[in-house]
Amino acid sequence: MQERFHGKNRRKRMISRLFLHLFFIILCLLFVYPVLLTIIVSFTDNTTVIYNGFSMFPEKWSLDSYRFALKNHGIFNAYKVTILSSVIGTVLAVLVMFLYAYPLSRKDFKHRKAFTFFAYFSTYLSGGLVPWYIMCTQILHLRNNFLALFLPHLVTPMYIIILRTFISSNVPIEMIEAAKIDGANEYRILWKLVLALAKPGIATIALFKLLGFWNDYYLPMMLVTDSSLYNLQYYLQVMFENVQILAEDILTGVAGISVADIPTETTRMAMCVLTMGPILVVYPFFQKYFVKGLTVGSIKG
Amino acid sequence: MTHGRQHGNRFFSPRKWVDKSAFYLMMFPGILCLLLFEYAPKFGLILAFKDFRYDKGILGSDWCGLDNFKYFFRTPDAWVITRNTVLYNTVFIFLGLVLAVSLAIALNEMIGRFSVKIYQTVLLMPHFLSYVVVAYLVFAFLSSESGILNHVILPALGIDPVSWYTEAKYWPVILVIVRMWKTIGYDSIVYLAAIVGIDPTYYEVAKIDGANKWQQIVHITLPGIRTMMSIMLIMAFGGIFNADFGLFYQVTKNSGMIKSTTAVLSTYIYNVKGDVGFATAAGFYVSVVGLVMVLVANKITKLIDEENSLF
Repeated sequence: MQERFHGKNRRKRMISRLFLHLFFIILCLLFVYPVLLTIIVSFTDNTTVIYNGFSMFPEKWSLDSYRFALKNHGIFNAYKVTILSSVIGTVLAVLVMFLYAYPLSRKDFKHRKAFTFFAYFSTYLSGGLVPWYIMCTQILHLRNNFLALFLPHLVTPMYIIILRTFISSNVPIEMIEAAKIDGANEYRILWKLVLALAKPGIATIALFKLLGFWNDYYLPMMLVTDSSLYNLQYYLQVMFENVQILAEDILTGVAGISVADIPTETTRMAMCVLTMGPILVVYPFFQKYFVKGLTVGSIKG
Repeated sequence: MTHGRQHGNRFFSPRKWVDKSAFYLMMFPGILCLLLFEYAPKFGLILAFKDFRYDKGILGSDWCGLDNFKYFFRTPDAWVITRNTVLYNTVFIFLGLVLAVSLAIALNEMIGRFSVKIYQTVLLMPHFLSYVVVAYLVFAFLSSESGILNHVILPALGIDPVSWYTEAKYWPVILVIVRMWKTIGYDSIVYLAAIVGIDPTYYEVAKIDGANKWQQIVHITLPGIRTMMSIMLIMAFGGIFNADFGLFYQVTKNSGMIKSTTAVLSTYIYNVKGDVGFATAAGFYVSVVGLVMVLVANKITKLIDEENSLF
């Protein structure tokens, strides 16, 4: 009796598990469907697209779009701009935020509360877009300046708080006091002790920032009109608004073809794939750090 | 004499001075960034009360009292964009909460298995894509000439093709779907972390008492993450005036024909930014109402849970 009861229960549990898995598999398919569709369209023959529309199962496959996309000097330049600005921006951002966060983590720093508030308050009262724009262009002269791609977004108040919490829970005050007794000054303590212990926290923030800069279209949209300073996302955005620009960029790179020969629909999708590709390849390996960072962020110290 | 030296040591020793100045020196670049890009623009909100002219500058331009505000609130846009912003965000907050918590509970049922890791990875993917890329993915569905909807799905249902980027009435549904697709994976992982943190002995005791899965969810899991849910909810309500710029600008292709259902405060201000006084007045309105919302939200959070209030 007892045995049969348990067996029944187990079968019931198995069936509900099965349904749960089925649900998640369908959900996951729905989630990847748009990405998969875009990738397939980018490998489709352009005339097939014109006659049949986009399809998961195209009649004729083609690599033409990539042939044209890779002849386009614009995308290489955009890659270069993106890599440079994201790497430089991330390094500077992490440095600036770490240096700001460390004193806030020190309980013996008298004004730490005031400076925490100073960092955080800025998120409550959103400054106007227009005054920000005037500041960047009229006073700092960032328009069409490489610095415009990262300088205005170096500091994220939320990340300062995460870093501060991480440092204060991972660097014991006793260690800092011991180092002081040994005669180390504040700078030595910072570089030799705190930096070493805060590395995991810094790595998480660096990843957040790197993703932010890589995916940024906002700063170039606001501050850049010179196409040699377009980053990947903004280049993609401009092409979305005006496919003609893509055609012109390709024409300057390839001799002896007319605009009509260019497979604009599929090439655009190929550009999209080339833009999201690196992220899609890399993120599964980094997601655990993101998840860790996100749980660190939910603790306020 | 001795007393005096001790006194001197305590307050003026070079060592102490270095220690104190060190902190300020470290924070200097951060302070500078905050001043330039966060605080100076807030100060610039005084432009809302001025008749701005580029040749006269911010301080030199003439005051014009509340003219910019009168002008802004007299346009029918002011009401439409406020309504759109608040309605969209309200739907995002509640639907997002329900979906993310349900997903988190479902994931928790199978936690520890390899398949769960795969599901998580897939559900998190949209979080890593920019809204520019998302706009392309949406375009693959909505394009009038070649989109999947007009070419495959609508013909199969016997419905005439729709010109999606010029028909305002469909956009509330489209934007809610896109936003959920982009954010629930991330949010569900936040809630999953909270669920995993619930003491497992509660569940064991409940099982011994014969509670079924549903009863366990209602009486243990949900109360276990109640504080977290209320804090996330309240904080989201604090930001109810901040519309997701990427979603409303990129995904809609900033199309003029569908503004009645897609224009929100942030995109509206971007689109009228050429009229400095007008745009700043609109921005001032967002800032002030936004600040009030945050303060109210914080007050409520404090009542629920002292630990998690912001200040």
